[in-house]
Formats: sequence, C-alpha cells, structure tokens
Amino acid sequence: MQPFAYSAPTTLEEAVEILDKHGEKARPLAGGTDLLVQIRGGRFDLDTVVDIKKIPELNEISNGNDELVLGAAVPCHKLYDDPSISKSYPGLIDAATLIGSIQIQSRSGFGGNLCNSTPSADGIAPLIVHSAVANIQGKSGSRSVPVEDFCTGPGSNVLGKGEMLVSITMPNKGDKFGAAYERFIPRNEMDIAVAAVGASIMLDSNGKIAEAKIALASVGPTPIFATKASESLKGKEPNEAAFKEAASIAKSECSPIEDMRGTADQRKHLVEVLTERMLIKSLERIGG
Amino acid sequence: MTINFESKKKYNVIGTNPIRHDGYDKVTGRAIYGADVKLPGLIWGEVLRSPYAHARIKSIDTSKAEKMDGVFAVITSKDIPINKNRSGIDVNLKRDVDNILAYEKVLYKGHPVAAVSAADRNTAKEACKLIEVKYEILEPVKNVDEAIAKNAPILLEDIEADHLGKTVNNTNIAKHFRHELGDANNEFKNSDYILEKEFNLQMVHQGYIEPHNATAHWDENDHLSLWSSTQGMFAVRDLTAGFLDLPISKVTSNYVEIGGGFGGKTKVYLPPVAAILSKKSGHKPVKIIMDRISVFQGSGPAPGGKIIVKIGVTNEGKINSGAVDIKLEAGAYPGSAIPAAAVCCLACYNIPNIRVDAYDVLVNKPKSAAYRAPGSPQVSFAVESVIDEICEKMTWDKIDFRIANASKEGTRKPDGVLYHKIGFIETLEAAKNSDHWNSKIDKKDKNKIYGRGIACGYWHNGGNRSTVDLILQDDGNIALNEGSADIGGTRTSISMQVAETLGMPVESIHPSIPDTDKIGFTATTGGSRTTYATGYAGWEAANKLIEEMKKRVSILWEEPEEEIDFADGNFYSKKSDLKMNIEELATKINPTGGPVTSTASVNLSAAGNGFGIGICDLEIDPHTGKTDVIRYTAVQDVGKAIYPQYAEGQIRGGAVQGIGWALNEEYYIEKDGTMANTSFLDYRMPTALDMPNIDVIMVEVANPLHPFGVRGVGEVPIVPPLAAVGNAIKDATGSRIYSTPMKPRKILEVIDNG
Ligand SMILES: Cc1cc2nc3c(=O)[nH]c(=O)nc-3n(C[C@H](O)[C@H](O)[C@H](O)COP(=O)(O)OP(=O)(O)OC[C@H]3O[C@@H](n4cnc5c(N)ncnc54)[C@H](O)[C@@H]3O)c2cc1C
Repeated sequence: MQPFAYSAPTTLEEAVEILDKHGEKARPLAGGTDLLVQIRGGRFDLDTVVDIKKIPELNEISNGNDELVLGAAVPCHKLYDDPSISKSYPGLIDAATLIGSIQIQSRSGFGGNLCNSTPSADGIAPLIVHSAVANIQGKSGSRSVPVEDFCTGPGSNVLGKGEMLVSITMPNKGDKFGAAYERFIPRNEMDIAVAAVGASIMLDSNGKIAEAKIALASVGPTPIFATKASESLKGKEPNEAAFKEAASIAKSECSPIEDMRGTADQRKHLVEVLTERMLIKSLERIGG
Repeated sequence: MTINFESKKKYNVIGTNPIRHDGYDKVTGRAIYGADVKLPGLIWGEVLRSPYAHARIKSIDTSKAEKMDGVFAVITSKDIPINKNRSGIDVNLKRDVDNILAYEKVLYKGHPVAAVSAADRNTAKEACKLIEVKYEILEPVKNVDEAIAKNAPILLEDIEADHLGKTVNNTNIAKHFRHELGDANNEFKNSDYILEKEFNLQMVHQGYIEPHNATAHWDENDHLSLWSSTQGMFAVRDLTAGFLDLPISKVTSNYVEIGGGFGGKTKVYLPPVAAILSKKSGHKPVKIIMDRISVFQGSGPAPGGKIIVKIGVTNEGKINSGAVDIKLEAGAYPGSAIPAAAVCCLACYNIPNIRVDAYDVLVNKPKSAAYRAPGSPQVSFAVESVIDEICEKMTWDKIDFRIANASKEGTRKPDGVLYHKIGFIETLEAAKNSDHWNSKIDKKDKNKIYGRGIACGYWHNGGNRSTVDLILQDDGNIALNEGSADIGGTRTSISMQVAETLGMPVESIHPSIPDTDKIGFTATTGGSRTTYATGYAGWEAANKLIEEMKKRVSILWEEPEEEIDFADGNFYSKKSDLKMNIEELATKINPTGGPVTSTASVNLSAAGNGFGIGICDLEIDPHTGKTDVIRYTAVQDVGKAIYPQYAEGQIRGGAVQGIGWALNEEYYIEKDGTMANTSFLDYRMPTALDMPNIDVIMVEVANPLHPFGVRGVGEVPIVPPLAAVGNAIKDATGSRIYSTPMKPRKILEVIDNG
C-alpha cells in the first residue's frame, strides 16, 4: 500500500472536480467497507481517497408519497430504522438487514454496494425489483440510469471519468405491491451469496399480476434483471403454476460459473428454488 | 513407573468454578499478546511468499528492495546459519528450516521465499514487492491420488522414505508403516458380514483468531530474545536455536498470551526469520505479524486424505476383523498426523484381528500441523460411518452394538498397547441414558427434513515433561511458576490442584508463566497434556512444599518431623494439641531457615485415554441442501473435571470445530494447486448463528495414573462430530456422503440421487 491523500469535500462540485482531476488514482469513500479492504488488498493504487459523507445530497433520505430518494452515502441501518420505508420497500429491507453484520450495516449502504458492482452484491437485485434509478453527477452534468443497466461486468459499471453516484430513486408502488430478497448461503450470516433472488409483484384491481420483477445475483458477471421470467407473469393469476413457470424461466436466464462458492448446476437450481420462494413471499407481503 | 491412585470423592477446590487468574487482564483487554509487544527501537518485518504451488527457484534478486528507503535488511534461506553447511544438517531439521524459508524449491503457495525488515510495516510490505524472484513452474501435486500416481512430480528429490522398512527414493510417500494384531486377512473369512467403504477428506484449518506473530531481538552480546504466540515457548527456543546454530542458553523465549492455537501453534514459522532480520538490521528488535491469507496459505492445517475401512462382524454382533488403509496429506514435508491416526482409527473397539496400513503422503500444500486430536477426526469419520452402516444393515441398536464391542481395561489398541482403566462403556451408557437419546427430534418445520446421528471418538492424550515451582510468600500466599502455555485456562487448573493439595483457597495461589530461562523445561501445550502433566508436577511440588514446611514446623515446635501431620492446610502435632495453618507458619518462617520453596519436574510416559460421543440432530432444507445442527450433545469421559466450566467449554469448542469441519470447512484448491478461499468469508467456519447450544455430559472415570484422576479433555470432543453429522445426514436423507465437507451441494446430490 502506497501513501495516499484523504480529502473530504463538502459540495458535489468539489468532489467531482477532485475525481475528475485524479481519474483512476482517486476513488470515492462511502462506508469504506469495500474500499478499505480493496486498498489494503492491493486492488487499487490510489493517490487520493475522496470521503463523500460530508456532502449533503449524499446523506439525503427522503421518503415522499411517490418516491424514495436515497443519498449514495446513506448507511443500511437508516432504512430499517424507519418504519415507513420498511412498509413500502420490503425488498430493500431484506437486503439492508442481511448485508454483513450490525457493524457493517452501520457504515455501509446501497450506494457503495451498487458502485462496487460485484455480481454477488446483495443490494443490487432488490434495487432492480424496486425499479430503482441511479442518479449520476459528472463534470459536464448529470444523468440517470436504471439500476439494471448500471453494472457492466464484475466490479465495473457505467460511471465514467469524474462521475459519481449521487442518489438512488425508487417509486412507491402503493399497497398492491410486495417485494422480497433472499440469498442462499451455507451458513446463517457473514457469507457471500452462492445465488440470490429478488422479486416483486404488483397486483391490479382484479388481483391479477400487473407487473412483476425478478432479479438474480451471483449467477452471472453482473446482477441480472430476468426480463423473460418477469414478463411471463404479467396478466396472470398469482398462483403456484405461474410462479413455477417463472422460476423455470429465470433459471434459463442466468449464466453462473463454478468456483469455490458453488457449482454452475447448483446455482441454477438455487435460482429456480429461490425465485419461486421470493414470488410467494412478495405476494404474501402485499397488503401485509 | 506407574502409580495407581484411588479417586477421592470429596474435594474443596477441585470441581469448583473460581474466577480464573488471567480473567481480569483478558476481559479488560490488558493482557499482553504477541502483537502487543513493544520494544524501544522496534522495526517491522515482512515475508515474501511463493505465488506458486510447486516451482524451482531460479534466482532471487534483492538489490532493489535493499536500496529502498527505510529498508534495513533483506534475507533469504542463504542467511540462515545452519544452511551454511547443508550436508551436515539432520534431515528433520532440514525439512523444518526449508519450511520457514524455501531452499531451491517452493512447495506450496504461501511458502516463504525471502523476508525484509524496514522502519514500518507498510515499507516492509512494499519492499517485498521489489524482490525479483525467477521461478520455473512445476506441475503441482494436489491430493493423495495425484501424489501416488505413476510418474507423479516428486516434491522432495532427496527423499529417503521408509516403506515397511525398505528405503525408497523418488516417491511422494514419505512413510508407509503397518500395525497388525491377530490375523486380519484370514479372519475376514469368518465374518458373517463385511462392509468396505472409501472416504475422502479435504484439508482444514484450525482457524484461530490471532495470527502468528513474532518479535525478536538478537543483541550485540549475541543473546536472542523472542516473543511469539505459541503453544510451546521451549519448542520456539529449541528450534530457533537449532536453525541459528546457537546454544539454547543464548536464546530466551518469552511467554505471551495466545489467541487460539488448537495445535496450529505448535510449529515455528516467524521467530527465526525475525531473529535473522534483527541481527542483520544492526541488532534492532524486529516484529512480524502474518495476515490472514498467510495464515491460511502458510501455516499448518490438518491433513485431508483418503481412508478405506473394512470391518467384518459376526451374526452375534461382534466385530471380529478390521482393516484400515489411511493416506494422509503431510503437506509439503513429511510428518502428518498419521502415527496417531493409525492407532485412533480402531481404538474404540475390542477387535481381535486388525491391520492398519498408514501412509504419510507429500502434496503441494502447506506442511500440516496438529489440530485437536490430530488424525483422529479423519479416521473416526470413516470408521464410525461404517459402524453406523453395519448397524443399520443388521438392524442392531447403535449404542448396544458399541457397548458390546467397546474397548475396556485390558483391550489392545491397534499398536498393541494395552489399556489401563478407561471409561468408554460408562460413556456409552451415559449417552444411552441421556435426555437427548431418549427424546424425539424436534421437527419444527414441515418443509424440512430431519435426522439424528451418533458417533464415537478417541484420543490417547499426552504426558511428557513439565515443571512447576512454588514459593511460600511471607503473607501466606503461594507464588506458582509453570512452563506451560495457557491456551485453555490451565494456569487456574494447575493452581487448583496445588490449592487442593495445600488445603488452601485457589485465590491464594498466584500463577505466572515465566520465560524459558526461569523455569525447567516444559513440553508444548498440546495432546491435552497440561492439566494432566503440569498439574501432576504441581501436585508433586505442593507435596514437597508440605514436607519442607513440616521441617520448619518441627523447628518451631521443637518436635520431631515424623510427629507432625498435615491435613487441609493445617499442621498438627501427633503428640500435643499444637496446630498451625500455612498462613501462620509463613509469618514465622524466616528464622527457621529462610524462605520455603519447592520445585517438581515430571516426565510422564502415559496419559489417560479419553473417549467421547456425539449425538447430533439436523434440519435440512431438501431443496437447497442448507443444513443446520439443531441439537448436539457431547458425552465424554474426562477422568476428573478439575474446573468443570472450562472442561465443558473445551468440549463445546471441540464439538463446534468438528461440526464446522463436517459441514462446510475445506481448503478449496484451484487447478493450479493454490488455495482459493483464503479468508474467513470463504473459509466457511461456523458462526455463532450456526450453532445450537451444545449440551455436555461429563463422565468421571478416574484416570489411575493421575493423583486427581485427570484425563485430557480438549481434543476428544472434535473427533465424534464428523461422523455424527454424516450419520445424521444419512438418517435424514436416506443417503450417505463419503467425503468432507458435507456441504449443501453434496447434500442436494444425494437427495436427488437417493
Ligand atoms: C465483514 C463484511 C461483510 C460484508 N457482507 C456483505 C454482504 O453480506 N452483502 C454484500 O452485498 N456486501 C457485503 N460486504 C461488502 C460491503 O459491505 C457492501 O458492498 C457495502 O454495501 C459497501 O458500501 P460502502 O458504503 O461501505 O462502500 P465503499 O467501500 O465506501 O465503496 C464501495 C465502492 O464503491 C465506490 N463508491 C462508493 N460510493 C460511491 C459513489 N457515490 N460514487 C461512485 N463510486 C462510489 C468506492 O470507491 C468503492 O469502490 C461486506 C463487507 C465486509 C467488510
């Protein structure tokens, strides 16, 4: 590890300026639960670490009637500490309560989880099923990208030189909506997903599925929005047959590898099992 | 000589749970561990490790690192004093020294290649990156099958291996030996039912939280002082002196607290390296701390391997023959736990005809080390699974069958050694009468499947050398010095035996663990020997102290020594009604000849054989293979629990480690022979949320070789869980898994196929 400078800008402009100037040699620091481990492990060779926690926009957490705006540096515990968020964004809460441990959840959040962009990230699939959008600021302006289009490969994403994530926005889909996220790990905590599935269901006034979303983690180079499986549910009765079919489609939408955490076949099988379970759980949570 | 002790029923101190002497320092964080050692002018060392599992070192260029700002010294194996004359080194010492800094070849990923000292830790790390090593990469040997295959790459080109008495070159089997009792070959013909199965196990790590560390100061007067986290400060002294070609009197090894070892801290890695760096850095003290990756890659795990078990039984329910073929991974250098494995495998049962073939196999993995009952969990997994299967096949009760075949006093172990009094049958009966065995599995969730397993385990425990010194202080308290590293509360368990003997409260005994210059040689804490052997020395020292105190009382009372009795802390005159306790005597002692001290050293050849049983209930999600142990009871003959809470703690800890080994722990080896999962994230040890409360039933069948009946406690409990879990999986799924770890993927496979 080489010595590096620490800066803690208080405005977005300042932060973007530093990031732009140093390019590859600078990285934003949110909770640091990924970044510090990576610096120590030699993954980055930095001359500047930019602490973004002093920038007001990044600490914002506003739960309006229509949407939730989550600043990129808001730690997990702020979500589950707020009952109104827990009610409307249950998939998010599933992730917030299982990432790491109490200590990790007190420091780290969805912004860092998304920008770290690992295939196994527990925050990203839930964001996808909550139809979240990433709001990005660069030197030349801002843009918004749906979370499912944010990651481009293991550890890489759409952020360009000098760009940073400011916030994540999610629509409030009302009380005909339910969502859930679960990962499979051999232990009961402190483990990394062998495979994971997020799902959400919105019912129409007839009790049929108006919209469903299924997202998968740890079964491809990025978290995967399983569009075919999601589409297959549209207009259907929310029942076992429909869920089983969607689960089977989801299984075909992933491309897992074999590594120390699991085999490809095992992961595909888990996607099928967890998809059905998450759809059932999402449905149970509607109006619950 | 063997003295047989009768176990006393009533004790004052033994069997109670006092506050341990090191408790305050540990809970307040004041205890000094290896990483806490600070010396004036301290600098840091770092080790450069091999990125390859098997390679020849073509060249090492240290010049760039040496020139870096802040760097004091760079060393390689050429700087180790005994390497100056390679041909003269004893072969075992040569293997050990090559393991701390590779000579010509690297044999596992993480094998040390060079080391640097620098002003701070980060500079030392950066300097390591500047050392240029050229390697010729060789094909790695990843497991015992590859090691014994025809044309396998040979790890040690100079090996002279002993295969049943013949010297063999050009082999990866470092040793092959055999135990035979009766005639196993013929007797299988008289068996009514024979079952033979093959088992494969992966290497596992002890997973102690505190990484290896060492601080060394080799001063201008050629004296070397060491501080390192170890189970045996004398072993650190002796090996380091050996590597550095120093007389042991020139080396002082200091005791520091230890944050877990489980057998893994019986080896010496860093102290000699830090020592050479210290001398080469102008006699500055040097400190090295391993990171977790290095601990996984470069310290000593427990061997995996291949075990084939064949057991023959008669229709009457007697085991009449057993044959076991054991191939254990020694790692890069000879010396796996194979000697113990070859005895432990069939030690639970009284079998007239036994053949054990044992192979110590070299593979390109770190040199294995001890891990709680080294070798026994592996072989017991195999044997206890086969016993379970035989009982199911023959519809025999799993406990009654074991009672009918259990080893007892007079039974011979596979190596021919006879048991003295042991408590295996009593332990089996305790399991049979336990609440767990007599209640149904708690099947809470209808979407899950459930199973129960039972298995036994054995460990012989150790004796060896120990020393205890006692000093009667003027205030009537006792200062106690002992040479055993305290890894499980042994300061207190030794003090309790001294207190019991002296008839004093344990709070009046003040134990310390001095450095190697200030106490007689005491063997490494391991083999569950400390409460037994150092406790024995404590008992002997206390008796000597009593004898000396009697002399002083006789002077004070002007009565002959033979007329003075001692009981429960008081001296009595047989003739008159004179009486005095130790505290009172202490205040009057100086005029009678100055301070009273005693010392006792023992060298015990045998110890108290220990037996344990695990009963395990599991819950399995049949769709994911997720497995949770929901109830576990460990039953064990402890001889005598000196400190019951800590004895139970040892048993719980061992059970948890065994369960982790059974379910998810493994060295996951990539195709290039390197370990992939070198972090606690991916080396899946159980967490607190993965474990139920472990129930403990302690059986006390006194060990006749010990004054208080102590047998070792700390190792037996890790033996039964592997097969107990495996047998429970069989019960739940209907299928057996013949390899460890029995992870979710394998469970899914047996469910799908079964
Ligand atoms: C013990 C432990 C357990 C863990 N368990 C889990 C787990 O169960 N599940 C899981 O998914 N993860 C886990 N993690 C990983 C990590 O905690 C999460 O990914 C966490 O959400 C990261 O958030 P952070 O705020 O700490 O990110 P940081 O470490 O601060 O940042 C992560 C990355 O994103 C970049 N970054 C941060 N903010 C921005 C921004 N605004 N714009 C652009 N780039 C940015 C950083 O430069 C860095 O590269 C664990 C980590 C540890 C140490």
